[in-house]
Amino acid sequence: MFAPRIYWRLFESLNLAFWPLHAGIALAGLAWLGWVGRDGGVPGRAAARAALVALALGWALSGWAFLWHRLAPIHWLAAYIAPLFLLQAAALLALALHGAVQGQHDRLRRAIGLALLLWALLLHPLLAGLSGWPWTQAEFVGLAADPTAIATLGLLLMLRGPRGPMRALWALPLAWCMLSAATLWTMGSAQGWVPFAALLLAAAAGRRGGHAAFAEGGTRDHGRAR
Amino acid sequence: MQSHRLAPPTRRQVLGAACALALPWVDARAGAPLTRRIPSSGEALPVVGLGSWITFNVGGDTAARAACVEVVRAFFAEGGRMIDSSPMYGSSQPTIGFALAQIGRPSALFSAEKVWVGDGARGPAQIEASRAHWGVSRFDLMQVHNLLAWQEHLPRLFEMKAAGQLRYVGITTSEGRRHAEIEQVMRTQPIDFVQLSYNLLDREAEQRLLPLAQQRGIAVIVNRPFREGALLRQLARHPLPAWAAEIDCSYWAQVALKFAVSHPAVTCAIPATSQVAHLRQNMAAARGRMPDAALRSRMARDVAAL
Repeated sequence: MFAPRIYWRLFESLNLAFWPLHAGIALAGLAWLGWVGRDGGVPGRAAARAALVALALGWALSGWAFLWHRLAPIHWLAAYIAPLFLLQAAALLALALHGAVQGQHDRLRRAIGLALLLWALLLHPLLAGLSGWPWTQAEFVGLAADPTAIATLGLLLMLRGPRGPMRALWALPLAWCMLSAATLWTMGSAQGWVPFAALLLAAAAGRRGGHAAFAEGGTRDHGRAR
Repeated sequence: MQSHRLAPPTRRQVLGAACALALPWVDARAGAPLTRRIPSSGEALPVVGLGSWITFNVGGDTAARAACVEVVRAFFAEGGRMIDSSPMYGSSQPTIGFALAQIGRPSALFSAEKVWVGDGARGPAQIEASRAHWGVSRFDLMQVHNLLAWQEHLPRLFEMKAAGQLRYVGITTSEGRRHAEIEQVMRTQPIDFVQLSYNLLDREAEQRLLPLAQQRGIAVIVNRPFREGALLRQLARHPLPAWAAEIDCSYWAQVALKFAVSHPAVTCAIPATSQVAHLRQNMAAARGRMPDAALRSRMARDVAAL
């Protein structure tokens, strides 16, 4: 294991290396939400594809810059997980290029997805300061793994697409949230409840209407079952 | 059920028992830390060493790395010798190697490492990688970490020792796990060291392992003397008892260390720290008066009651 101060300083190093990319990511995220808002809160095909591409870049950057270069030297497991982040990025990109994705019509799923996205974009970075750590150690979507995973869960809740690829895309964000929660709890950090709550919320919302909720046409099933 | 009948004592065991009983403390010079002899060789080791679990796993954090250098520098300045690490400790090995290089590779170093891989065939490569991280020509002590594949590793370690590639061979466990298996290894294998958890609250080792180590002439390294700091955090809420002054203790850390290293079977304890001030407090526990058996009992009783 490692000392909590060393873990949190990884984010400081990450932020220093990539500043001011964070501001760009946050602005892009808000612009995307505005775009979707203009479409009645339901992401259109272009918005869905744009978000998938953005998150693909985020997974790739987080896997390379955070897991491989910063976390792996102090946490041997990270060296094995980093390639999975690149696979996730490739899968998100493939789905974006495939193009058979569109907005989720189930309002509750979409609302929970939006809440997770907003959390990851705007509130998660505040946790460092609120926990008594320097603001320079804030975690941002696209760089740190936790907000990237939470944002991905949020986006997946807001979209529907082909059953197999959509299901596959859930696996790593959920697994990462569990692993991160366990790591943070082991360090004695109550912040472990954040990825754990995101995991529970996303899993519960994703199961609305049964397994079909993850699949293309899930909206029909929700309407019928509830 | 396996028989635990002992063979007649060997010369090494008799020497070890003599070292442990007749020469419990060796104080080479005034101000130097108290030492205990390694039963299998008679070599003296300061009773307080330096662990590296968590504290030295700092990755590429340059400020934390620099702090570790100062801890290692202070450790040798205080007369320390044994530094213990493991491939399981993340970047601790390169941190130690960096620190040793920065302070000029002190000749007093007693390097204690571990092999931690389930496939015995991969042991030598891992040991070589560890050696490269430390930047030493060979390790003084190589231990099988947490008994992982010990049946495969130990024969190879004994071969390396015979070939002069190691000086001592040992096994480790922690947090009271697998004591029955450790006991079996101690009874059947010619190991020089055993490393186990022992502190004011975790005293299971007193029942069988510590007496067996004395009997078999095996040096004992104590890990987790502070329960990874939890013990000290718990004790910090209470003032030091009056008897702490009788054994020259100004801090709870020194109380905890003196309790561990004053057991007659214990060779040294390896507290870990990332702060020079704490390192100095720890090393001070290797000096001054030590508790006798009666006070040790009282220490354990009083701390358990807090």
